[in-house]
Amino acid sequence: MTSADASTRPPLLTLSGVAKTYGGGTVALAGVDATIRQGDFISLVGPSGCGKSTLLRIVAGLIGPSGGDVCWHTADGARPADIGFVFQDATLMPWASVLDNVFLPLKLRGMAREKAQPQLMEALERVGLADFSGAFPRELSGGMKMRVSLARALVTEPPVLLMDEPFAALDEFTREKLDDDLLQLWSSLRWTVIFVTHSIYESVYLSERVLVMGARPGRVLGEVGIEAPYPRGPAFRRSHGYVDYCAVVSTALREGAAP
Amino acid sequence: MNGEDSSFSRAMRVVVPVVVGLVFLGIWEAFVRIGDVPPFVLPAPSRIWESFILNFGSLMASLWVTLRVTLAAFLLAAVGGIGLAILFSQSRRIEMALFPYAVVLQVTPVVAIAPLVLIWVGYDRIELALLILAWIVAFFPILSNTTLGLRSADHNLRDLFRLYGASRWQILTELQLPSALPYILAGMKISGGLALIGAVVAEFVAGSGTGTGLAWRIVEAGYRLDIPRMFAALFLLSALGISIFFCLTWVEHLLLRRWHESAVRREF
Repeated sequence: MTSADASTRPPLLTLSGVAKTYGGGTVALAGVDATIRQGDFISLVGPSGCGKSTLLRIVAGLIGPSGGDVCWHTADGARPADIGFVFQDATLMPWASVLDNVFLPLKLRGMAREKAQPQLMEALERVGLADFSGAFPRELSGGMKMRVSLARALVTEPPVLLMDEPFAALDEFTREKLDDDLLQLWSSLRWTVIFVTHSIYESVYLSERVLVMGARPGRVLGEVGIEAPYPRGPAFRRSHGYVDYCAVVSTALREGAAP
Repeated sequence: MNGEDSSFSRAMRVVVPVVVGLVFLGIWEAFVRIGDVPPFVLPAPSRIWESFILNFGSLMASLWVTLRVTLAAFLLAAVGGIGLAILFSQSRRIEMALFPYAVVLQVTPVVAIAPLVLIWVGYDRIELALLILAWIVAFFPILSNTTLGLRSADHNLRDLFRLYGASRWQILTELQLPSALPYILAGMKISGGLALIGAVVAEFVAGSGTGTGLAWRIVEAGYRLDIPRMFAALFLLSALGISIFFCLTWVEHLLLRRWHESAVRREF
């Protein structure tokens, strides 16, 4: 799959002039326009305070925009009921086993545990944690917790996956491994991913398009298309193309930061 | 640390305090015998033990009365405290309206309320009056701890529940109550001790002719200068308090050992 066919995908979500001003008068977002198409892997990259997490939360419907429009191109125009969200922390319930944590989205919908069992095991197998279903979160490493979080977000097979700096707290090796696993899952399942990160390298490695954001006020400075074919692997990380793209994103960030 | 070492240190944790206690009792006994201290000033441990055996029936009956009041007050405090905290968590307005009065109930000394409660309830229903007074003392820690616990659920998890369209009931039972569990148990540990204190204080205030619990045995022994019996009742009260504390610690351990930092045994 290359980015060439990306432009022909049907649109999923259009943001027009999305703005957010918090109660204290802080302008978190000042008019963001973007189009996200079905099956896109898109990254939002920017310094802290550029409103990328706020934008993700608005897309998720957790907070409302104070201006502009979030338009879903679904049958009823509403946010898909199924949406996966992965936080920076694994955000697991410490009192529940790995299996029960992954079961949560299905349980909240009233599904019986026995009926969900095959789906749960499949989700755990996807992230390579089938042997840890009975473990408790505190018994797992940071990377494993993140995998559980990912399995939980994927258990409902959502068409959209929102990720808010999911691997930022992990060490370099674990992060690269999880990046690769995420790409592999995305290639086989083809959901839409909106990935927030503050790492230029991660955004270039993962996504088809990088939205570069600037702070004070939060806004989109530009968009960089990463025209490298998937699957991407260690060879891509060492290629000239990769380094060039990183430089382009970095320049866009720096130019935006200059007053 | 290997297994042998840790079981040794665990045994020492029991052995050391017991040895200290026995040495203390030995010194006490020797001091009284050698110094010829009269029993109405300080009875020897052996004398207290004799008195305990002699008054075993009446002391046990009194223990039962105090235990009954304490446990009932504690259970009602747990039900009331957790129930009210849940109500508070559902409506900020109810919390705003009622919480100050819960504080008023807490900061007013129970000894000062006791005469009023005794008059209202009547001396013919003394156990009910004791129960109410012990409940007033025991109720607040559970209420305030549970209120705090219900509020301290991880806000990202709360967002996640909202994202999956969880109902208020699901948020309460699946998220808020489990998050609050360590807080609730900590509150219960405080309340267990306070329920006993409340029961004893209430009985002191209730006064002569009415009390049959351990507190009254102490007052009565004081009037008669029967100090050995006073000590025997005192020891029973301490034993009761310690048992309540250990029971609740054990329950806490059972409920939290798999997941909460406070209850997890660490390997050093």
